[in-house]
Amino acid sequence: MNLLEIIQEPWPWYIAGPLIGLTVPILLIIGNKSFGISSSLRHICAACIPSNISFFKYDWKKESWNLFFVFGIFLGGVIGAYFLSNPNNVQITPELSEQLASYGITDHSGLVPAQLFSWESLLTLRGFIMIVVGGFLVGFGTRYAGGCTSGHAIMGLSNLQWPSLIATICFMIGGFVMSLLILPYILSL
Amino acid sequence: MNNLENKNTDSEGINASHKKETGFANLKYLIVGIFFGIVFVKAEIISWFRIQEMFHLQSFFMYGVIGSAVAVGVISVFIIKKFNIKTLQGEKIEIQPKTFSKGQIYGGLLFGFGWAITGACPGPLFAQIGTGATVIIVTLLSAIAGTWFYGWIKDKLPH
Repeated sequence: MNLLEIIQEPWPWYIAGPLIGLTVPILLIIGNKSFGISSSLRHICAACIPSNISFFKYDWKKESWNLFFVFGIFLGGVIGAYFLSNPNNVQITPELSEQLASYGITDHSGLVPAQLFSWESLLTLRGFIMIVVGGFLVGFGTRYAGGCTSGHAIMGLSNLQWPSLIATICFMIGGFVMSLLILPYILSL
Repeated sequence: MNNLENKNTDSEGINASHKKETGFANLKYLIVGIFFGIVFVKAEIISWFRIQEMFHLQSFFMYGVIGSAVAVGVISVFIIKKFNIKTLQGEKIEIQPKTFSKGQIYGGLLFGFGWAITGACPGPLFAQIGTGATVIIVTLLSAIAGTWFYGWIKDKLPH
């Protein structure tokens, strides 16, 4: 295998995890920035729709590094998908494959399942809940919690902050409850 | 100083650097973001399927990713503090402590719900759009609306 073929294969966790962890010291060293992504959503509100709400009245331009960072993540998505992409389907465990098939989700060709997340499905009740309500919960929940997986689970835990441990545990509990107990009903819609 | 006022409930994302950076300096964050986005796609962390496997305890993969990321982060922050490593600009590295609020519980649970539904936290949303899943733009706009709604209703919520 040549190098490009190796890069095109899905990367294992022991490569990806440490690379993500390295983002913490890189951002600190290149500009004293604490790793965090959900704050970009707040900066977008502050820049576009502050609506005289005190929470959005701050100098967002000073935080614009975060917007460059998330725009980079978008570009990284483009590069990863169009230049380094894995030609095969996403490998998923047989158990999950079987469970999803019972809801009619059989297409594993994309990282985002097209049978759930598409412009057509947006107009169905199931699609609306998954795309719009799900997104709203992500934006509301992360800001209420003061951070997301990056700000709390990675940056906060790296700095041994106990509030971040509580937040991370709650993220996981919420995820388990939704994925195991509630999502089956949504997928059946 | 509105920043300061908000620090009590939201210390995240407040720039610790006191030096004013030019727009050009921001390009380095763009490059780190690109690197990060590629890792997201190549390790399939932004895959809805991976997130479901994690919450169904069917795969060790995501636990391995988050666990090893935290391990590298903990060691890095330890080294930075121990050896008093400075930024490239020669500043002392400062990390805002996180202050506890009930928001971490209520907000954390709500974000967990959203994470399991969409299969994405905020970072992966940007990368998913990059991979060509254009409908995720709606999810992102909805997340921005959720953030705005939090700012609007914040004072009425338990913290």
